[in-house]
Amino acid sequence: MTSIPTSSLEQNTPEGAAMPADTTKPPKPKRQRFRFLANGKAATGIVILGIYILFAIIGPWVAPYDPGARSNDLIQPPSAAHWFGTTHLGQDVFSQVLVGCRTVVMVGFLAGVVASILSVLIGVTAGYLGGATDDGLSALSNVFLVIPALPLIIIITSVLESANDLLVALVIGFTSWAWNARVLRAQTLSLRRRDYVEASRATGEKTWRIILFEILPNLTAVIASGFVGTVIFAVLSEITLAFIGVTSNTTWNWGTILFWAQGQQALAQGAWWWFVPAGLAIAFLGTALSLVNFAIDEFVSPRLRSAGKTKVKTASGRTVRMRVGFTPVLEAPAHADARPVPSINPHGATPVHRKETAR
Amino acid sequence: MKYLLQRIAFYVFTAWAAITLNFFIPRMVPGDPVQSLITKFQGQMSTQAINSLYVLFGLDNDKGIWGQYLDYWKQLFHGDLGLSFTFFPTPVSEVISGSIAWTLALVGITTVISFFLGTGLGVLAGWRRGSWTDGLLPVTTFLSSVPYFWLGLIAIYLLTGPGSFFPSSGGFTPGLVPAWDQYFIPSAIKHSLLPAATILISSVSGWILSMRNMMVTVASEDYITVAHAKGLSDRRVALSYAARNALLPNVSGFALSLGFIVGGTLLVEIVFSYPGLGFQLFLALGAKDYPLMQGIFLVITISVLVANLLADIAYLLLDPRTRKEG
Amino acid sequence: MTTSEPVLEIRNLNVDYGLGPQAVHAVRDVSLTLHRGEVLGLAGESGSGKSTLAYGMTRLLAPPGAISGGSVIYHPADGEPYDVLSLSDNDLRGFRWAETAIVFQGAMNSLNPVHKISTQLNDVLQAHDPKMSAHARNARCREMLKLVGISPDRMEAYPHQLSGGMRQRVMIGMALILQPQVVIMDEPTTALDVVMQRQILGQLIELRERLGFSVIFITHDLSLLVEFSDRIAIMYGGRIVEEAPATALYKDSLHPYSEGLLGSFPALRGPRRELAGIPGSPPDLKAMPTGCSFHPRCPKAFDPCAETIPALGHPDTPDGGTRSVACWLHPVREPVG
Repeated sequence: MTSIPTSSLEQNTPEGAAMPADTTKPPKPKRQRFRFLANGKAATGIVILGIYILFAIIGPWVAPYDPGARSNDLIQPPSAAHWFGTTHLGQDVFSQVLVGCRTVVMVGFLAGVVASILSVLIGVTAGYLGGATDDGLSALSNVFLVIPALPLIIIITSVLESANDLLVALVIGFTSWAWNARVLRAQTLSLRRRDYVEASRATGEKTWRIILFEILPNLTAVIASGFVGTVIFAVLSEITLAFIGVTSNTTWNWGTILFWAQGQQALAQGAWWWFVPAGLAIAFLGTALSLVNFAIDEFVSPRLRSAGKTKVKTASGRTVRMRVGFTPVLEAPAHADARPVPSINPHGATPVHRKETAR
Repeated sequence: MKYLLQRIAFYVFTAWAAITLNFFIPRMVPGDPVQSLITKFQGQMSTQAINSLYVLFGLDNDKGIWGQYLDYWKQLFHGDLGLSFTFFPTPVSEVISGSIAWTLALVGITTVISFFLGTGLGVLAGWRRGSWTDGLLPVTTFLSSVPYFWLGLIAIYLLTGPGSFFPSSGGFTPGLVPAWDQYFIPSAIKHSLLPAATILISSVSGWILSMRNMMVTVASEDYITVAHAKGLSDRRVALSYAARNALLPNVSGFALSLGFIVGGTLLVEIVFSYPGLGFQLFLALGAKDYPLMQGIFLVITISVLVANLLADIAYLLLDPRTRKEG
Repeated sequence: MTTSEPVLEIRNLNVDYGLGPQAVHAVRDVSLTLHRGEVLGLAGESGSGKSTLAYGMTRLLAPPGAISGGSVIYHPADGEPYDVLSLSDNDLRGFRWAETAIVFQGAMNSLNPVHKISTQLNDVLQAHDPKMSAHARNARCREMLKLVGISPDRMEAYPHQLSGGMRQRVMIGMALILQPQVVIMDEPTTALDVVMQRQILGQLIELRERLGFSVIFITHDLSLLVEFSDRIAIMYGGRIVEEAPATALYKDSLHPYSEGLLGSFPALRGPRRELAGIPGSPPDLKAMPTGCSFHPRCPKAFDPCAETIPALGHPDTPDGGTRSVACWLHPVREPVG
């Protein structure tokens, strides 16, 4: 029920290029946006995400039944009439999943927006201003980082009596900004030392203008990655809250479905259709978001990209994996412009003794 | 040494912040929860217990907020976290001390195993990039997106039931008395297997992913090329050079994500009705048992802080750059 | 000191980034010979392929680098010469450092930050001579540190406790610990200040005279090469465009690009020259100009330059036997490599 921050953004200072300086870099792509979508992970993630957003919008309209309406088909397995079967009250699980999609996506994105705004405000300010402001804001984010967020969210929402979706989203947003703020602070610190930012400052540019036009555009990927990460966390937290019955059960989300399934002994009755669809819906949404995040990560630090073709045929006729430390010697003949010519050894051609491989 | 003192100071500060937060949260509770409790347990509550609850909830309005805060600290120092509503009149501290060992054993041990296992697999996946280990990534991504508790539900559905080896709920066979004997310990271990496996499966993938990414990042550092140029064995380069350095950010990541992980694992306890803090919290939520909720939150926070400190010490031992010269 | 006996011969080496039709050819058909005991300088702007050449010939180039042709013939002190590129991984491990050691560009990042200096020196000895006793290893490590002017009691220090210059000395000591025949130095001193640069290079040349190894010295700083190397090869767009004894190149360079490079730093000795850079920027290896890759920037370009690639060959000059150039301005007597 967590999202361990797996982003490597923080460790990746832009200066940290470790390739030899002579390494040819491919020419800058003209339209980076399209290149991002060309990444298989990004494309898959965005397509799945699009389907979820579509169902979040149209779900309640296309749902075949009222998710709360009772019927006489109690605990029925999936059938033509009820694709995902029915609950102990004869409610249609498929309709519940469809209707629940809207709440889940809405709360997730709202919490993500709130947390992103907070993290940008706090992280960028701390990184840019430095000094005592930085110390104070960093301490604040570190405190929020180490206090276990989920128990805190549970306590706060259980104390607030009428915890509706909006309130839940706000509580999650206000408690889960710290990781992103930390990453943004580190990035801002390194950006601030760049020449063009120094130049802007030297020419007396206003601070807010520098932050808005020089710093923020360069943080887009980091902010996006933080946003997606928070959405994952928010979705899981929100479903957890509903599952343990803290939030009101009048609106449907996937956690509510699991709450009733658990409470009504769905497991003991073998009613797998009651809890499997909701869980898979969460898992696929989470996977789609993670894929988008990996793609952003790879976009920012190209080393993480899995290098397309990694198996090559070598001169010795074996197939090897491309790896650090042992550059492959290709079997392919030399370039068209390579000419077979004698060496410049003044003693004449050196006899080449091809050393046999030991063993 | 200076680094360690700084960290300790920070954790003390965080503990203070958490306790202060804990002081303010109940003041948001609408109505008078203590009054309803008094009516419920008519005449059974001592005046002292009632007073203690009023202090806890900030309902002794004759005192200013500052006075209330001081009283709250005074109570904490006496280990008084109030009385549990659910287990009335048992003090919260007693309820917690009865369940904390269960959580420590289950969550503590599995989290550490998960970290080491995931880090090990991540080293492999990062070093052998482009080999079959890349196939692990989609699976791990999917597993890390599954909520812990749902995986627990599936495990219960698939693996427990009449005649199954795995019990579906509880921490030990009902009727046994908790003790270090040959009846209780095997039963406790048997009951912990499924919850532990659930936590392990869903948390290990995060470590695999982050360690893999660190390995890939570190693999392009100059000192790795130097290590290859020196003609060292592949194993030596992978472990002593790449993994040894990639481990550092993963350890600090471990400290930082402890808070996330603990939250998730508490839910596994709920699904399995495992008698730890998470399950107690669940019961407390159902009964609107505010003192117990707060007490559990406080204990969880302090435990996470202590675990963080331990991770910091580990980092200190691993990275010579944080050690002070001489 | 310098003999005409070769120790390392690079023949028609081609190095690519990437595979198949998208591959970028970073080193094209390079042939170069390093003689026993000499310091061979390799100069060129960034992107000229000089580092790629060094990493390629030692097979240390990271993915997606690949060697697409040629051979690197190594002549051991005793025994038959063999092709380094056809060694098995295991033999290559044995060859590395024992025969060819490298001092890398990023002096700061060449040392593993989490291990002591002693551990990193010991590593090499242990990998290449597992039977050596711990005591003997330790003595050898101390000796090497002393050789490069570092007090042996810094053995137990971590890299972050040493200054940049000390770290680079440690790297040089480490490179010499197995007494290799060839030391490749890739921009070894770029991160250091000028005084430190000269001090370390001077020390290296002195060590070379004592121990008799050969050096391939790669830098973009031609003034350093003129001072410290015996012969200089200039690279542009992945090819060698001129190769000559250091003094000959400095006094009388033939290729307009060499001239441009020499004109971009102040003369060390002798009369003042006018400083001039080379207009334009290095070519994009993905879209190389036709003909001579330097022709779009060349002040002396004429008809054939845009059409046909000039071959590297001995020029028709009195000292033509000792130097070579690839330029249409200089008729080639006899092609090389």
